[in-house]
Amino acid sequence: MAAPIGQPRVRLPSQVKAGEVIEIRTLISHIMETGQRRNQEGQIIPRDIIKSFRCSFEGQPVFSMDLHPAISANPYIAFPFKVERAGNLEFTWTNDAGEERKLTQAIRLAA
Amino acid sequence: MARRAAWLIGAGAAAVVAGLAVAQAPGSAPEPQRAIPNPESGRNYATPETLAIQDDDFQNPAFLWVEEGEQAWNHPTGTAGQSCASCHQDATVSMRGVRARYPAYNAAKGRVVTLEQQVNICRTERMGAPELRVDSRELNAMTSFIGLQSRGMPMNVDISGPARPFFDRGEEFYNTRRGQLDMRCGSCHEDNYGRSLRADLLSQGMSNGFPTYRLKEQRVISLQFRLRGCVNDVRGEPPAMGSEEFTNLEFYLAWRAQGLPVETPSVRR
Amino acid sequence: MQATTLGRRGALAAAAGLVGLSLLPKAAAAQMEAATAAAIRRIIGERTPEEGRVALRLPPIAENGNTVPLTVTVESPMTAADHVKAVHVFADKNPTPDVATFHLTPAMGRAQADTRIRLGQTQDVIAVAEMSDGKLYIGRAEVKVTIGGCGG
Repeated sequence: MAAPIGQPRVRLPSQVKAGEVIEIRTLISHIMETGQRRNQEGQIIPRDIIKSFRCSFEGQPVFSMDLHPAISANPYIAFPFKVERAGNLEFTWTNDAGEERKLTQAIRLAA
Repeated sequence: MARRAAWLIGAGAAAVVAGLAVAQAPGSAPEPQRAIPNPESGRNYATPETLAIQDDDFQNPAFLWVEEGEQAWNHPTGTAGQSCASCHQDATVSMRGVRARYPAYNAAKGRVVTLEQQVNICRTERMGAPELRVDSRELNAMTSFIGLQSRGMPMNVDISGPARPFFDRGEEFYNTRRGQLDMRCGSCHEDNYGRSLRADLLSQGMSNGFPTYRLKEQRVISLQFRLRGCVNDVRGEPPAMGSEEFTNLEFYLAWRAQGLPVETPSVRR
Repeated sequence: MQATTLGRRGALAAAAGLVGLSLLPKAAAAQMEAATAAAIRRIIGERTPEEGRVALRLPPIAENGNTVPLTVTVESPMTAADHVKAVHVFADKNPTPDVATFHLTPAMGRAQADTRIRLGQTQDVIAVAEMSDGKLYIGRAEVKVTIGGCGG
């Protein structure tokens, strides 16, 4: 059974002007088990990580990341995004087992 | 351990119990004085990068625990079908200042209890819910959430009256040398703060930031988890988390940090 | 075994126990572990990265190797015609060198990514950026990772 993928947090500025480059910040709870650690009996604890993160805007890819065990637990990922229009950002975190956690957040334009 | 303590006391403890001068007040237990009268938070011994993570409520991974604690606060559990909110309602109001004055003497129990123990008292006695294991994710989430409601407020525990014997026992533990390395807590945190122990910059060992997200463990840890680590580090046998010794020590440590602003949930290495 | 992919110079260096990404003109002295060079080779094949344009921001001394903040930026207009396609990050002395690959698009407006990484010991973090026109750039920064005094 795979380690739980916890709740993601996503932060974006609430009111954005068209053409502005904002920073999207994300954080998710996950142990990111490296596959290097041993348990009390000396056996290797198997690798179990979030291996991919994707962000798309209205279905179009914006940014994605391939994660390896060298990414810290509770992965923090932040990146810029140039806002052209209002719409929905979709975020997807996927673990080694192929399980996904998704979150959608809307970009609203300042009047 | 007790043998050592007895030797120390027998040898004229006033000189040996480092820096603890005792002033006499007429008709009451003498008021203890701190070896570090103006303490500094552990944040003063952290790198700028670590502080940058702590000072950003979005990036600080401890807030993942805070959110879980907040959800648990509102979630009914136990045979009484109550949530914390059923009695305490809005935590931002009812829990304000609570962490700052814990550990505290509990008259019904006749002893000092930590915030973790108080949560479990509420659960078992009022909610019909099982205890949360000490240093479990659920309990750390709850104490992080509750602790946050005191953030910025000065630590202020009450060691007077019936609480005093527990304080005294905590103080004795603090000042007792232990382990193969034969060190007392103050050996590092009073005699050598600001110096490097290999690559670690020693802090004053103040507890105002706990529970804390420990970079080493990559999770939020409770104070008593760290205390076990400290005793292990001097190659001693640590008491169990939730034990009387550690509860009294935590009480003493809170008094040591009196006046420091609560930083829960902090980030420490 | 390494010799076939690295060519004669690389093979000689490998025989000496250390592999330089010997295609780098200026940084011929910048050695890296064989595993790192192989990991880079897997991604960029026989192409040669140039130094420059990729900046790594990392603390010079990591308070704890488990959580080291990293920012990668690449100088680029990030237009459809001229942008960064990917940035590959490696930790030279980790048990395995791959750290992350960031896939970027012009929709970002700026080529940057922030994350937090694990470093097992003092080492170089190396980033290779792939541009939309096929050019490659490389940058590196050293992080000192310490063993704590209190047992870590």
